[in-house]
Order: sequence, then C-alpha cells, then structure tokens
Amino acid sequence: MTQSLASLAAGQTGTICGFTQDDGTTQRLMQLGVIEGETVDVVRRAPAGDPIEIRILGYALSLRATEAETILVTRV
Amino acid sequence: MNASTQDKLPVVITLGNPNTGKSTLFNALTGMHQQVGNFPGVTVESLRGETNIGDRRVTIVDLPGTYSLAAQSPDEMVAIDMLLGRIEEVGKPDVVVVVVDANNLRRNLFLASQILESSLPVVIALNMMDLASSNGTVIDAEQLSVALGVPVVPMCASRGEGLEQLHQAIEQQLHNRPTQRTVIDQALRTAAVGLASELSTDEASLSILEVERALIDKGGYAEQRLLTRSPDLESRLESLRAVLGSGRSLATLEARNRYGWINEIVNSVEVRENPQNRRADLIDSVLNHPVLGSLIFILTMGIVFQSVFAWAGPLMELIDSQSALLRGLINANVESPLLASFLSDGVVAGVGSVIVFLPQIIILFAFIILLEDTGYMSRAAFLMDRLMRWCGLSGQSFIPMLSSFACAVPGIMGTRVIPEPRDRIATIVAAPFMTCSARLPVYALLIAAFVPPHKYLGGWINLHGLILLGFYLLGMVAGVLTAYLLSRTFLRGPTATFLLEMPPYRMPNIRSMSIKLYSRAKIFLQRAGTVIFSVAIVIWFLASFPRAPMDAQNAAPDDHVAAQMALENSYLGTASKSVAPLFAPLGWDWKVTAAVIASFPAREVVIAVLGTIYAIDSDDEASLIERIKQSRRPDGSRVYTLPMALGLMVFYALCLQCVATIAVMRRETNTWRWPIFAWVYMTALGYFGALLCYQVGTSFSIA
Repeated sequence: MTQSLASLAAGQTGTICGFTQDDGTTQRLMQLGVIEGETVDVVRRAPAGDPIEIRILGYALSLRATEAETILVTRV
Repeated sequence: MNASTQDKLPVVITLGNPNTGKSTLFNALTGMHQQVGNFPGVTVESLRGETNIGDRRVTIVDLPGTYSLAAQSPDEMVAIDMLLGRIEEVGKPDVVVVVVDANNLRRNLFLASQILESSLPVVIALNMMDLASSNGTVIDAEQLSVALGVPVVPMCASRGEGLEQLHQAIEQQLHNRPTQRTVIDQALRTAAVGLASELSTDEASLSILEVERALIDKGGYAEQRLLTRSPDLESRLESLRAVLGSGRSLATLEARNRYGWINEIVNSVEVRENPQNRRADLIDSVLNHPVLGSLIFILTMGIVFQSVFAWAGPLMELIDSQSALLRGLINANVESPLLASFLSDGVVAGVGSVIVFLPQIIILFAFIILLEDTGYMSRAAFLMDRLMRWCGLSGQSFIPMLSSFACAVPGIMGTRVIPEPRDRIATIVAAPFMTCSARLPVYALLIAAFVPPHKYLGGWINLHGLILLGFYLLGMVAGVLTAYLLSRTFLRGPTATFLLEMPPYRMPNIRSMSIKLYSRAKIFLQRAGTVIFSVAIVIWFLASFPRAPMDAQNAAPDDHVAAQMALENSYLGTASKSVAPLFAPLGWDWKVTAAVIASFPAREVVIAVLGTIYAIDSDDEASLIERIKQSRRPDGSRVYTLPMALGLMVFYALCLQCVATIAVMRRETNTWRWPIFAWVYMTALGYFGALLCYQVGTSFSIA
C-alpha cells in the first residue's frame, strides 16, 4: 500500500515509490538521493513530531513533515 | 590573453558536499596563509590560499560545500561560474579537486558526476577513509579511478594521510590535459551542444554546462540569466524539455540517470559490511531522545552561555583596567592637552572598545566552530526547528540567535549555516534585538538609579532582577516579531525547504578549528575593528572641537568641570542642543541627547559620555547615579524620572547602536540595503518605544 513518508512511525522502513509533485523541493530531495526504489528508514522525530530524521543511502537526513508528505513509500 | 593572466599562478579549486572535511583538507594544503573574500554581488565566501605543487606555486580556492550544481540563486551559481572561469579574480581553474566522503560515496558522487561532465581536469580526494574502514566500508580506489576516468586519492585529511599522493595527482593533472569526458545523458548533451553553438556569438560564448543547467533547472538561475540575454528562447527551451523529458521534469530525469550511473559503479567498487554504526547510534539515541536530548541541549547551551560570561568577564575587565591605566599614563606624561585627549580619549578608547569584545567573540566563535565540527549543530537545528519556525525563522537560526545574547557580531557571522537566503536575512535582522552584553551596563546603571529595590518572596526575587528580565524579554519579543513580520512581508515566498544532513559525530580536528577561529577573529578585527576605530575617532573629534576658550578652561574649578565645558561647547554639544527638541517628547534634555548620539557607534560608550557630561569620573558609579538623580531642567523639574529612565532603557533595548553590527551585516548580506533597513527600523522603533513609555508613564504620573 502506498502511503506518505510522513505517515511512517519512527523505526519503520519503506521503499520510495514516487512523489506527489515535481517541484524545486522534489528536485532537491532527488539530488540528495531520495529516489524511487531506494529504502528509507524513519529514525526519529523531533519532540514536536516535526522535523523527521530519515536514513537514506546510508546517511542521516532531516526534513520537515510538509516535505515528507510529498514522498510516497510502500512499507517494508 | 593579457599580461596579468599570463603571470598568474595556476588555479586549483576545491569543491564538494558539506561535511566532507573539505575545509580540513583546504587547511592542510594551505596552512595559515589564507584570505577570505566575497565575490561581487553574492554572499558566497571563498577562501584562497597558496601552496607548492611539485616545483610550482599554485593558488587554491575553496568554495562552500554544495550538493549539486543546480542553482536557484546567484549564490549557488558561483560554483558553475567558477568552473567556467567566469569569476574574474580567479580565472579558469586548471584542476578541480572534488572532495568526496568515503562514508557516503553514492550521494557524494552526484556532485562529482556533474563536475566530471565539464571538460576540466579533475582529482577525486576520497576523504575520511579512516572512518570508513572502521565502519566496515571497503572501497577499491583504483577501480573507482578507472570507472570515473580520473585519479582517485584515498586520504584522511585530518591526520594528513594521503596529502602527498594528492599533491602528486594534482601535479599530474596540471601537466596532462585529459581528453576523456564522462557523459551520462547523451541525448541531453547533444541538445545542449546544439543550442550552445547556435547561441554563441563572439561576445558571449555560452558553455555547454551552462546551457545544460538552463535546460534542466527550470526556473533556476542559469535559465533566468540565459533568458535575460535572449528572451525569445523560452519556448525553445520548453519544447526541448518536452522532447527530452517526455512528460517528466529534466531535473527528475537527471537525478535518476546520475544515481543509476553511480549505483552501477559503486556496486562494483564498494563493499559495505554492515552500515549500522553502533557507537553513533548509541550517542544519537541519547542526544536525540525527546526528553533526555532536550535536557542535554538546554544544559549544553547553558554551559556555552555561562562560559562566555564567566571566562570573558575577567579578560574584559583586564582590558578595561589596562586601557584605563594607559590613559592615565598618557594624561600624566603628554604635555599638550589636545594631544593627550586625542591619544587617550580617541585612540586608546577607540582601540579599547574594539578589543574589549574580542574575548567573548572568540569564545563564542570557538563554541560555534566546536558545535559545527562535532556535528551537534545539525542536532540543535533539528530539535529547535519547530519552535523557530513558529517565529518565522528556521532551526538553524537558533545558535546565531543565542550567540547574539552575548554579541550580535558572531551571531550574524554564524548565520552562514542557514542555507535558505530568506531565513538567513530574517535571522540577521532579528539578531541585534537580543540583549547583548553591551546593553547590560546601561541597564545596570539606570535600574540601580531609578527602580526601588523591592524584594518579594522572602528576598528570593527582587524588582531589579525582574525589570532586567523584562528587558531581556522585550528584546526577544521585538526580534521574534520582526522576523515574523519580515517573513510575511519583504521576505514572503514559498515555504523554505529544510533538508538538513545530520553528519556523524566526529572528534574535532584542533588544527583545523584553530585556523577557522583565527580567520573569523581576523575578519572581526579587520571589518568591524577598523569601522569602530574610525567612528570612535570621529566622535572624539566632534566632542572635542571647537575648543573652549583657554581662560574659561583655566577658570574651571577642576578637570571634570573643564571637560564638561569642553563638551558643551563642542560640535556634539551644540548639535545635541539643536536637535534636543526632537527628543523632548521622550523626556530627554540636551545632555541625555548628547549621550545617546555619542553612543550610536557603540552603546556601552554612554556611561563614559554621561560621566563627562555630568562632570565626574565615570568610574565612580555611585556619584554618577547621584548626579543623574539630581539633574534638573532650567525650570527646576527633574530630568530623570522613572518613566523617562524606563523609556531610555527601551530605547537602548530596541535601537541599533552598534557600528560593528552594521559593518558585519553589510559584509554578510553583501549589500547596504539590510543594514540601512535595520538601522532605520530599529531607531524608529526605539524612538517610539521610548516615547510611548515616557508619555504613558508620565500621564499616570508614576514618577
């Protein structure tokens, strides 16, 4: 089932399957390796639940929930 | 080619992702001999140094870390312009060293692949091999070199390992011009080559790299620049994009193609045992724990803050007492009173007001560099982002704002970590509102003089402390509201992205940290110091000329009264008297006005000026308070009432009376627009704040 990355809880893992948009943010995400087919782990969330720290291509990246909502994943 | 370009040294530029140890590598190559410079029109800072490669002297230029050549702004365009040799001060680079983090090969190769597609000679510095091998990552550097078609040097810059091999590889690339060219998307390249040759005229030769970026980054800076040159090109670009992308954006396509190419290479050269790093995970689970992490964060910030005051305090007092000693010596030994006054009140006081802040600025810089280099800075931004966004700022604004409670100068210089230009400007404008240590003497004097020392809760809380806390809050609220308003007016735009890499924790490299600290302190002394010093001399001149008649001076009962008469008679005194009506609604007489005007270069000067105006030694605070309390208008009413004193403090809380801050704002934004805006805005805010305070207070007659 396809869901947004923002809906994954800390500790869950997904495979990126697409984006809800194709704008500057998406392009920056893709340059950083957030690409279809890659595996992404949600490491933790900041105290207010936002931003979210993820692990991709073996490194840690944090992004805001609004950005995570544009990334579509299937849970692994 | 003219003579100057023939004479110039070969140029090596270093480029790479952030957090790859690029600055450590640059420092290892060049040592202390580096210059910091800004390029015209942008806020990007470049470091320049020199070193010997083989038997040749070369210039090395370091650019800030970047993840991609895609450029949204003039700042991000600098990397492309540098590669194309469009930056006049640098010229065409002879070799490009791409610094790549061995622990993060795939993402780092994204930028490397873009640079490899230019025709420039490239050397890959595969840095931080020590960490990679301790994490169980093995990279076959020779095979990587074959796959990329350029030399790959495995190294560990922080320990100096591999530096010699890097030198050799650069030397080799200086001599042999490589002819190979990596092309990842052939269709795109063909289209770009066609378009570039079509558009190139003798005056404006367009490089393929630039045209390619204009095609890929729709709405980006390369396209904007191309379209200003040939506006009719837009439909042409659109149709090319439609053909090449078949429905998807070229930027998406670029990322896919590059990562596809990278994955193929990395799969054959890298073996990753287990990407889990237990030690880092353990540290992270503590430092980023919602409760524990926040507590550690507050504790860390508390320690930073406390030490700035605890360590800098004694040093500042030492500088103060030494400069007082020196001034005493000058006054005792220099015969001519004018020369003595110039040396002691102009030169020594001017230099003193620059270096008195150096201890806390250096301590703050040291902490900021430590936080950056250990990787904790990103964690702090992660923790604070939600709160700071609520104020119209971003998580990365937090440390600069916090630093500004000691001094806005390191705070504003620390905004460099904020990648989003709008967030950065908002932080720079909000920072000077934070209660810096230069405001404290003013608050201390006026609170001690006019606020009754009431105590509450059995002496645990006193009114003095509450009022002081109130002024801290006033500064914070004013700063946050300013940032909030700016983000909804002048700085409005689509919500900024917050894509922040969380680098692994690292032991900081002392040598690299010291070089950074030295260079930032040097910037402060050069840029801010010279301005503060010159303004101090100007103020001395205005307060000393024209000289009072000799017989009047001789008639004065003591030196303090003579000084007071001299000031009253000076340009500053007469000017203050003529503008005093403007400040009468604030409850100020000409003496207060003179003190405020004289402290526009640096607010802490006000104490010394008040001392002169009331004809006493300003070191004697008790009698200064007495004099202020007794100060009366011609009609016999008191000048200083509680509403007036509170209003004066409000003025000092809100006004931008600091030339150093203005100079640093100018440097960091690379335009006069923001410092002028901040100065006018804050002065107006201070004036109306003081006006409101005095008028409301007086009408309720709480005097």
